[in-house]
Amino acid sequence: MKWSLIIELSKALMFARIKQTGIAAVGVMFSITMFVALLGFMNGLNTMLDGLVLNRTPHIRFYNEIKPNPNQPIDQTLEFSESLNIIRSIKPSTSRLAIHDAEKIIQTLQADQRVLGVSPKISSQVFFNVGTIDLTGIVNGIDVEKEAQLFSFTDYITSGDYAALAQTNTIILGKGAADRMLADVGDVIQVTTAQGNRIQLKVVGYYQSGLGDFDNSNSFASLTTVQKMLGESPSYVTDIQVKLKDLDLAPDMAKEMEQIFGIDADDIQTVNAQFETGTQIRTLISYAVGITLLVVSGFGIYNILNMMIYEKLDTIAILKAIGFNSTDVNRIFITIALSIGLIGGAVGLILGFLACLGIDQVPFETDALPTIKTFPVDYNPKYYLIGGYFSLITTYLAGFFPARKASGVDPVDIIRGK
Amino acid sequence: MSKQGKPVLQAVEIDKYFYNPTKIQVLKKVSFTVNRGEFVSVVGKSGCGKSTLLYILSTMDTDYQGKLHLDQEPISGKPHDYLARIRNEKIGFVFQFHYLLNEFSTLENVMIPALKLGKFSREELEYRAMEKLKIFDMQDHALKKANQLSGGQKQRVAIARALINDPLLIMGDEPTGNLDKKNSDIVFNKFKELAEEFNQTMLIVTHDPEFAAGTHRIIEMEDGRIIKS
Repeated sequence: MKWSLIIELSKALMFARIKQTGIAAVGVMFSITMFVALLGFMNGLNTMLDGLVLNRTPHIRFYNEIKPNPNQPIDQTLEFSESLNIIRSIKPSTSRLAIHDAEKIIQTLQADQRVLGVSPKISSQVFFNVGTIDLTGIVNGIDVEKEAQLFSFTDYITSGDYAALAQTNTIILGKGAADRMLADVGDVIQVTTAQGNRIQLKVVGYYQSGLGDFDNSNSFASLTTVQKMLGESPSYVTDIQVKLKDLDLAPDMAKEMEQIFGIDADDIQTVNAQFETGTQIRTLISYAVGITLLVVSGFGIYNILNMMIYEKLDTIAILKAIGFNSTDVNRIFITIALSIGLIGGAVGLILGFLACLGIDQVPFETDALPTIKTFPVDYNPKYYLIGGYFSLITTYLAGFFPARKASGVDPVDIIRGK
Repeated sequence: MSKQGKPVLQAVEIDKYFYNPTKIQVLKKVSFTVNRGEFVSVVGKSGCGKSTLLYILSTMDTDYQGKLHLDQEPISGKPHDYLARIRNEKIGFVFQFHYLLNEFSTLENVMIPALKLGKFSREELEYRAMEKLKIFDMQDHALKKANQLSGGQKQRVAIARALINDPLLIMGDEPTGNLDKKNSDIVFNKFKELAEEFNQTMLIVTHDPEFAAGTHRIIEMEDGRIIKS
């Protein structure tokens, strides 16, 4: 059977009821538009919100935790090894916060195939001296280059220049902290470390992550500045942050490295489990809404095809009488359904893209999100592919039953029935 | 006409029942043969089973007992797709209510069975369809939509369509039943012309005695039986 004839017949039937066909196509178009716009918008927001935390969070963080020694002497003695020992008032052992032999660990990690990058960090508690008042805060000593490269550090610098941080005795203040200290860019502030060292630092910029609490306490300086502040040697590092090529490897790798290096390791999944869940559920909801729209338009097509078949019973009967078989008739109606899906879907995808462009222009400014000026939209081609496939699948299914009904029409019943 | 006289259609002891509302036998051991070149009419009172017989002979109705041979080939119990192809290739139909496809032009209506058969190119089919229309003086209406034609014109186009694949046999179910006297005469004359000039085998069901009288052979039916053939 030649497809050209089937297509010609389908076209003629569609043009005979151009209004209904048009309405069905508009239904598909509308749902695909909404599907694409909704998913693009939803995932744009998702990516942005996740980015707030995930961008800045290392996939694995190595550090020394201050905690009591799990192997207390009493457990080691043979005499009491079988008994239940209760010790009161245990104190943490005098271990160092600094990671021992950090240089070697960093080298080993960088050589690992799974690792995208490694960035050392020092976290230190300080007091900012503002007149007679001392404000507590944390100064993070970072490797500026690596921090920018791995954790989008520069995205969160709202004013000033992050490159100036490479000089010693400079600091980028958290926005919240800066507001409380009334410190402008270019001002010099005084910092006292927990050990009692005093140091003058020049403010070269503001940092705003969008998480208010974080911005109130956290400020950034270069590794050397913090080492100097604390009076430690250039090998002093308290955290090693690792970014992996594949985020899903983090939990296993954290366990593995914990064993090898003999230090504590946290993976991103354990620390930020709730973000993953939130993202998944938001994505699920947008898919559910999108697919519901498509199913509704599918019923529209089903109705219109059913009506068309009742109207065209004569045509079907005559086609069968002059030698078209059931498969041909089935194909004609499936072709009609798929054409509606194809045209509606294609226009829908284009309109969906335009809708995304539109949403992308809507101003969306909030203090919490300094880098965002308009609504975020995800233009991932994946959603367009899914939308396109779904438009064809739903229209095929919507056409399937009417087409089967049409192919089952007995021409004798129709011709005699007149 | 070397093939003259060979059987085109053979029906052997055809039985047919209707089950709704109760079981009724509509055709009782109907047997007859139509030979090549014959112009046969089937007559009988309304409800005697002549249309039912025609639909069985046309291969569209497959729910019967008995044997049917078309062109000396048994076709009872063949799959529907195969029968559809036979209908397309070997049988032409003319119905009481002309049944043209309103979505298409006159010319396209004539062409569709041939496009389905796919034996010739589209250009050649257009030429052939035009030739068939010329037989019925319908060439001037070739590009009109089917629903712009009058009843008699539609019926002439329907006959042209039945002829397009040069069928072995043309079947008609009361082809003049829905036409006035004038158009009825035109259509009858066309049938007659086909029989005389083209030696076309035809089997026409009719209750018009005048029409029947003009055919070569009359098969008369009553209560599901052939009483005269």
